[in-house]
Order: sequence, then C-alpha cells, then structure tokens
Amino acid sequence: MTRIAERDTIISGIGQSEIGRRLYRSGLDLTIEAALRAVDDAGLTLDDIDGISTYPGSGGTFGGAGGAELHDALRINLNWRDGASETSGQLGAVHKAALAVSAGLAKHIIVYRTVIEGSGRAAQSSRATGLPPAMRYLVPFGAASAANWIACYAQRHMYEYGTTREQLGAIAINARTNAALNPNAIYTDPMTMDDYLSVRMVSSPFGLYDCDAPCDGSTAVIVSHRDFAADSPHPAIQINAMGTAIGPRPSWDQFDDLTTMPIRDSAASLWRRTELTTVDVDTAQLYDGFSWLTMAWIEALGFCGRGEGGPFVEGGSRIAPDGELPLNTWGGQLSGGRLHGFGFLHEGVLQLRHDAGARQIGGEPEVAMVAAGGGPEVGCMLLTRGLS
Amino acid sequence: MSDQTVPPRMIEPSPEEEFFWKSGADGNLRFMTCKSCNRFHHPPLPHCPYCQHRELEPRAVSGRATVATFTINYQPFIPGFDPPYAIAIVEIEEDPSVRLTTNIIDCDLDSIEIGMDVHVVFEENGEWYVPLFTPDSGN
Repeated sequence: MTRIAERDTIISGIGQSEIGRRLYRSGLDLTIEAALRAVDDAGLTLDDIDGISTYPGSGGTFGGAGGAELHDALRINLNWRDGASETSGQLGAVHKAALAVSAGLAKHIIVYRTVIEGSGRAAQSSRATGLPPAMRYLVPFGAASAANWIACYAQRHMYEYGTTREQLGAIAINARTNAALNPNAIYTDPMTMDDYLSVRMVSSPFGLYDCDAPCDGSTAVIVSHRDFAADSPHPAIQINAMGTAIGPRPSWDQFDDLTTMPIRDSAASLWRRTELTTVDVDTAQLYDGFSWLTMAWIEALGFCGRGEGGPFVEGGSRIAPDGELPLNTWGGQLSGGRLHGFGFLHEGVLQLRHDAGARQIGGEPEVAMVAAGGGPEVGCMLLTRGLS
Repeated sequence: MSDQTVPPRMIEPSPEEEFFWKSGADGNLRFMTCKSCNRFHHPPLPHCPYCQHRELEPRAVSGRATVATFTINYQPFIPGFDPPYAIAIVEIEEDPSVRLTTNIIDCDLDSIEIGMDVHVVFEENGEWYVPLFTPDSGN
C-alpha cells in the first residue's frame, strides 16, 4: 500500500459559532468565533496557527467568509493557505489541510466552512446572472435548485430498487429525533411519519422535510500533525483514511450512473486506503442536504448492498443512536442545520472523544465515518480514536 | 408555443454553444459530433472528448428520446416558472449516454414515467429555440 499521508494528522480542535435560522451577523464574524473556539479547544494559541483552509474559498452568501478575510482578521503569520470549490466537496478543505501538514508545509491549520444562507437567502436577488457552465443546461428548464437535480436521482433509485418515501422518511425522522438532544439544532419538535408524508412537496419525491434547513453558522476544526497528540488536551482523533475520488464526469445530469453520483467513487477511494472495514465503524455522519443523499452514501460506503439502502433504514431502528449504525446523531442538516458538511465532521470528532453530552452514543466508539456532498462534489473521511 | 407567454429561461450560451439553442429553427435537434469518430457529445466542447479530434460539427438527430428520470417541481424557485412543472433527464435515441435536462410538456404530469418515449418540440423564446419534450402517445 502507498503511504497514507493523512495518518500523519489529527483533528486536534473543534469549534462552532452561534448557529441559527437568521442571525444577521456577517460571515467573517461567525468565522472568527468558530475559529477562536477551535484554537482554544485544541489547547493552542493563534501564535501556533500557521495555516488556513476553507471551502469554497470566497465570500458572499454561499461562501460565508474567504480565507484571506480570516487571515487578515486574525493577523496571523501563515505558511500555507488554501480556499477553493473545485475539490473533493466541502471536506476537500480538510483533505488538503491534511496533505499540507503531512508534507510539512504547516503545523496547525484552521479549516472551516461558514454559511450565511439563512439571512442571505432573505436578502439575495431572485434572478440568476452569469450562469456557470454546469448551470447553463439546467436553469433554462426551471431546474434551478439542487432539490431538482437530486430529486431526479432519488426518483431513479425508487424506479430501479423500489425505494419508498417512507424509507426516506426514516432518515428525516431519525435526524429530527436526534436533533432534540442537540441544543444548537434548528428544528427540534418531534416529527411523525404522518407529518413527514403530509408536508408540502418541493420537488418530487422530495417534500419539505427531505430538504435541509438553511441557517447561519460557522464550523472550524484544527488539523495538526500527529506529533502534537501527546500535548493535546484531548484523545487523538486521527484521520485514518480519506476518500478524494470524484469520478468520471463533473456533471449533475451527464454522470454515467443516475443512482450513485461520484459518491460511488469517493467511497471506493477511501476503502483503498485503510485496512478497516464497515464492521469497524461505530457511527456514521453522512451528508443529508437531501434525505436521499444519506441513503446513497450508506450504499456506496458498503453498509448495505447497492439498492438496499431503503430496507436498511426502514423503520429507523438500525440507524438510531442505539442501533447497529448510529447515524447523524447531531440531527444532520435536515434538522441540525445546513452547516454544509462540516457539522458531520464536528459531530464525528465529538462522538470519538466521548464528549457528545446527552447524545453521546454508547459502546465507547472508536471509528467514525464522515461524508459530505452530493452531485459532482463529494468527499469522505474515516476518523479513529487513537493513533495507528 | 410562440403565441404564449414563455418563461425567462436565462439562456446564456458561450459562442460555441449557440448552435444548440438555435438549432430548432428548422425543427431539428442537433448535438456536437466528431467528424473523425462520429460520436455525439454534450455539452459542446472544443474537441472530441473521446478521440481528441478537433474537427467537429453539429449534426441533427431524430429528436426521439426516453425519460431516464424526472421530478415534478412544486417550489417557485424562479419568477416566471409557475409550478408545478416537470423536469426530466432524457436520453437521446442515437446515443443514450447523451442526456438532456429538459421539461416534459403538453401532458398530464401524473402520467410521466421513467422509460416513457418522448420527442422534441421547440419553444420559441426570443432568439432561442428551447428543446422541450412531449410524450409520443396521444400526439
């Protein structure tokens, strides 16, 4: 096996800003709050930080706050900085930070994702202009939202495998139930299957509760060299393996398989870099920008066979906190809030530290799967408690 | 459809993409085709993605296609697009690896199914001819 560079690295600190539906605070303001909390959590000071990494690396409603903005705001002396959207999804920012630390380019890197979509959406213009290439064949047909694009995948999955709305509902209800134990979650009122099935449709087969909750918030983690583990105030949470593959075509509608997306390739590339297997995974924090995406990750990562994601989650007991694969224990983006991938990473670290409070799963978990993204931008990571 | 109000489709092609949006003027759907290996590709590129040949031309296809998947959109995402409406991904008859995201029109939304045979109809929209599709049956 090739050298697994990411095993040189640990997630030494985590921090989140205030999270809310509409905070009307600037993206930079939220980012500074999350970053300083993560630095403090790692037992470091800003003088120790010599790198910044973020996705997608620009400001605005979608970008939240750019890396240069944070760099200047913290007045820190950097050896390395990166921010870009053309990477392995949101977690690509973590992937690149791990590579930079392994390569010796930096020692401690703040990695963050900030969203101000809650308040941003209320203010933004409704008219799109200057469409990027990938959008120029979608928006003209009223396919303006990822809800439409991913709904098409979900519909095809239903057609090929008999997946039902009730099975998608099990993912949404699990998320809502778990969110009740997360004081930062956006939606915490209990949800029944009737509630799920009767809510208004957004883009079939997706109803409102299949779509994540736009919010404002920032999540930061510190990626450090494993040599720091001995000085860290926390158990070492190592990056055991990362999945960076993004497959053959970066396209929403031209990808070769209409039921997998490059999630298929991302998962396969992760498993090529570890001796661990699905049975070793104690908890899975899998992206749910839309409910069906979680099912796609469950299948691609091999927790069940292809097309078996529906029966796997049906009824919800298998994915409950006391089930065989505790899933999205913080409420996911469906109920916890659309923190755009990094909420899953934050939760994976908390669970492996055994520090998740009321929602801590039992059995002293040692291995967590974290995955983010859908469509052409995807990435995943396997975290372990302790170094190997 | 030229006598009806048409939605603001925000068609913003690059120069090499314009043929696609003007092709319907003579009633034909066209895709960029390699003059060497004769394969279609989409969206249009400056070379053939299969053999890297650089001599390309738009070629007409039958306009027949199959619904690969679809969604009925209920959310008013864009002003001028009044929900509900059907968004579909169709595979063209000549090469199923060439897909189009499009709208299925002139049919009961509940009747749309994966695997359904459809054919192209063009909506005149300003200077553009927008390729939409409608079911073969009953037309």
